[in-house]
Amino acid sequence: MSNNSSHITEYKVLGRILLILMFFTFATISVTSFNLASFTVTVALLIAGIKGYFVLSYFMHLKYENLLLRILVGMIFVLFALIVLITFIDYSYR
Amino acid sequence: MMSEKVTHIEEHRDDAASKLGMWLFIFTELLLFGGLFLVYSIYRAQYPANFHEASLELSVTIGAVNTIVLLFSSMTIAMALTAMQKNNKKLALRLILVTLLMALVFLVNKYFEWGAKFHHGLYPGSDLMALLERGHLLYFSLYFFMTGLHAFHIIVGMILLIVVYFKVKNGSIHFEKYFLLENGALYWHLVDLIWIFLFPLMYLIT
Amino acid sequence: MSNEVNKIEYVSYLEHQGRFKGLKSWIFATDHKRIALLYMYAIAAFFFIGALLGLLMRFELIAPGETIMKAQTYNGLFTVHGVIMIFMVVIPGLSAVFGNFFLPILIGAKDVAFPRLNLFSWWIFVFGSVLAVASQFLKSGPPDTGWTFYAPYSTTTGTSVIIATTAAFILGFSSILTGLNFLVTVHQMRAPGMKFFNMPLFPWAIYATAWIQLLATPIVGITLLMLIAERLFGIGFFDPNLGGDPVLFQHLFWIYSHPAVYIMILPAMGVITEIVPTFCQRKVYGYKAIALSSLAIAGVGFLVWGHHMYTSGMSENARWFFSLLTFIVAVPSAIKVFNWISTMYKGSIDLKPPFLFALAFIFLFIIGGTTGLILGSVATNIQVHDTSFIVAHFHYIIFGGMGFAFFAAIHYWLPKMYGRLYNFRRANIACIIMFIGFNTLYFPQFVIGIQGMPRRYFDYLPQFQTGHMISTIGGVILIFGLFYMLINLIKGARKGPKAPANPWNGSTLEWQIPSPPSLENFDEPFEVKANPYDYK
Repeated sequence: MSNNSSHITEYKVLGRILLILMFFTFATISVTSFNLASFTVTVALLIAGIKGYFVLSYFMHLKYENLLLRILVGMIFVLFALIVLITFIDYSYR
Repeated sequence: MMSEKVTHIEEHRDDAASKLGMWLFIFTELLLFGGLFLVYSIYRAQYPANFHEASLELSVTIGAVNTIVLLFSSMTIAMALTAMQKNNKKLALRLILVTLLMALVFLVNKYFEWGAKFHHGLYPGSDLMALLERGHLLYFSLYFFMTGLHAFHIIVGMILLIVVYFKVKNGSIHFEKYFLLENGALYWHLVDLIWIFLFPLMYLIT
Repeated sequence: MSNEVNKIEYVSYLEHQGRFKGLKSWIFATDHKRIALLYMYAIAAFFFIGALLGLLMRFELIAPGETIMKAQTYNGLFTVHGVIMIFMVVIPGLSAVFGNFFLPILIGAKDVAFPRLNLFSWWIFVFGSVLAVASQFLKSGPPDTGWTFYAPYSTTTGTSVIIATTAAFILGFSSILTGLNFLVTVHQMRAPGMKFFNMPLFPWAIYATAWIQLLATPIVGITLLMLIAERLFGIGFFDPNLGGDPVLFQHLFWIYSHPAVYIMILPAMGVITEIVPTFCQRKVYGYKAIALSSLAIAGVGFLVWGHHMYTSGMSENARWFFSLLTFIVAVPSAIKVFNWISTMYKGSIDLKPPFLFALAFIFLFIIGGTTGLILGSVATNIQVHDTSFIVAHFHYIIFGGMGFAFFAAIHYWLPKMYGRLYNFRRANIACIIMFIGFNTLYFPQFVIGIQGMPRRYFDYLPQFQTGHMISTIGGVILIFGLFYMLINLIKGARKGPKAPANPWNGSTLEWQIPSPPSLENFDEPFEVKANPYDYK
């Protein structure tokens, strides 16, 4: 069965990922407690994006999946970003 | 060839197919929440100051605790899969239980958080809500709807994991056939993933 | 399970004896072919209900003022007509019926990837449809918002909007699951040796459609949920009185509903692409261009939703941007039309009913498509927005396009599905009657639309009466043609002469197996061709 070939992520790796995620959680709390004006959103989203990357690639094993699936996941985020961007073409120029 | 004609395809099993199916389902969930994030971003861009003021009503501590709880549960369910792959059934069962426990902690936290809002008269359709400024009103509408929908997904995820738990226990999920556990875990990570974005957008607005 | 018989005995899927007998062997069937027929019967029933409602509207419009119904009844009618036709007929239509039946066969699989999920989708579909129909008969009255459920009216009207939107949500769920099933089927179940570019073009179209179903439907799902929450709990997302923004509802709604138009038309294009090479006995012209243009339509189609909103108060920049993208999305559709026509060039054309329907499709689709460009350009759009010009354009694409493609598909594949042939001469007559009826019905609406006849109006100025009169006559002719075709098809399916395995001399996989196919489609070895349209 195809499962036999699938990748096994070691406990140690998973633990390390959790530490990284926790680090970024505290980072995002401390960064957003300063008022960086419009940069706050950017920074918060950037950090959330990094955390999302770790969850997707290690917890969800995307790093070890085939290329097609990885491309598809990327496309979903691109599609969503495009939709948001285009909606803002309306709202930013009203 | 012959026997295939008699036994119907229902017994047919393809792990790669069901995993791809789960991922596609995750895409739909991402876009479901995506619609809400779109609404959120439009209204936040229109009322940045109001959103900041309204977000001060939320406790960053509770939010942060819940974030850690979910991240931790995400790790434990990933570990449960690793344990299953290594044919350690006992550990896998325990890790699923820990995950479920964490989910419960999350919901209890959420219950108290929502309860406090309700206690202050802040809930959809309340008299107080009607008096709020537009931006505040939109923020709380989004807060209740988004966290509510997320909590609903937590509950669905818990049900899935409970089913998986019993299937591991009675041996229908085992170390050579564990795609149900894998799919349950994927769903759980999705719930975590959405919270990763909800947390800064709801609790940390300046 | 014994191995005493070496030869596989052929039993068609219609006669196969499974776990259940009688009706149960259908409504609990996991066989993709039986599920396809289940969808077809349900959809055909809804289609005729919807068509009769449409005819009632036509009779109301035959003269100015109140003719046969009250204004509020009329509001209910166009909403019900829209909801039934859009969510229960054309969106599932081709992909659930012919996609279910022929996608697995055309790629050499014995079923879809998740047969039980497939049955589950059908049940959800039935459940959603029952809810949608029920919303018409509740005490609070049928919803009167139009099928678009625009806020803020939909958040405040007293009619049963919640039930109708819940129904739409559930139907959307069924659509998502069907799309998911097909995507996995195409990725995982192709016969050995069949690469993506060896697939026939109908599976390509279904594949592109499935992506739209999967990715666009959740957006309308969440929008309808927000609408329901707004009505139930007073959570203000869209009603300005509660702090919301009604234009945002339009954005969210069209982010789904524009791609949904491609859910309707892409499989239709796929059907035509199967029929044209078969009846010209010629290799399809520009295989890759057609295959990739399906994906291009699916992709760009996601980004053009704003052209439904030029008059909503959207910003100037957004309007020219959406207009530009709209013109771009017309290109891949045009590519397909050119390819069909180029395929016919120097072909040995055999004017059988499926091909006649396909020709009608191409003609009507060209009119619908080019009037779409008039609407895509901002300046002309503002002139004809919300007039019957829109109604005409939409029906040319959806009825003239998707509807005629459905008829073409049923005439093309009925011999395979039931193992019997229908009367060709009557089918041709039906096609001609419907073609005449259709154009008489909708073409006048272009004209009175440009002159200023608003859509969804129950009353109108006397100057539009001639147009409405002609239109109503066309409606009667069309309905007559529809029933004529239906009777011919039913007669054929039940008592027609037995069909051979390959009545049209087609080259794709479904013609290599007996008519009707056996339970698992391929009992004998079959040949996967590098080019599925391998004609001399």
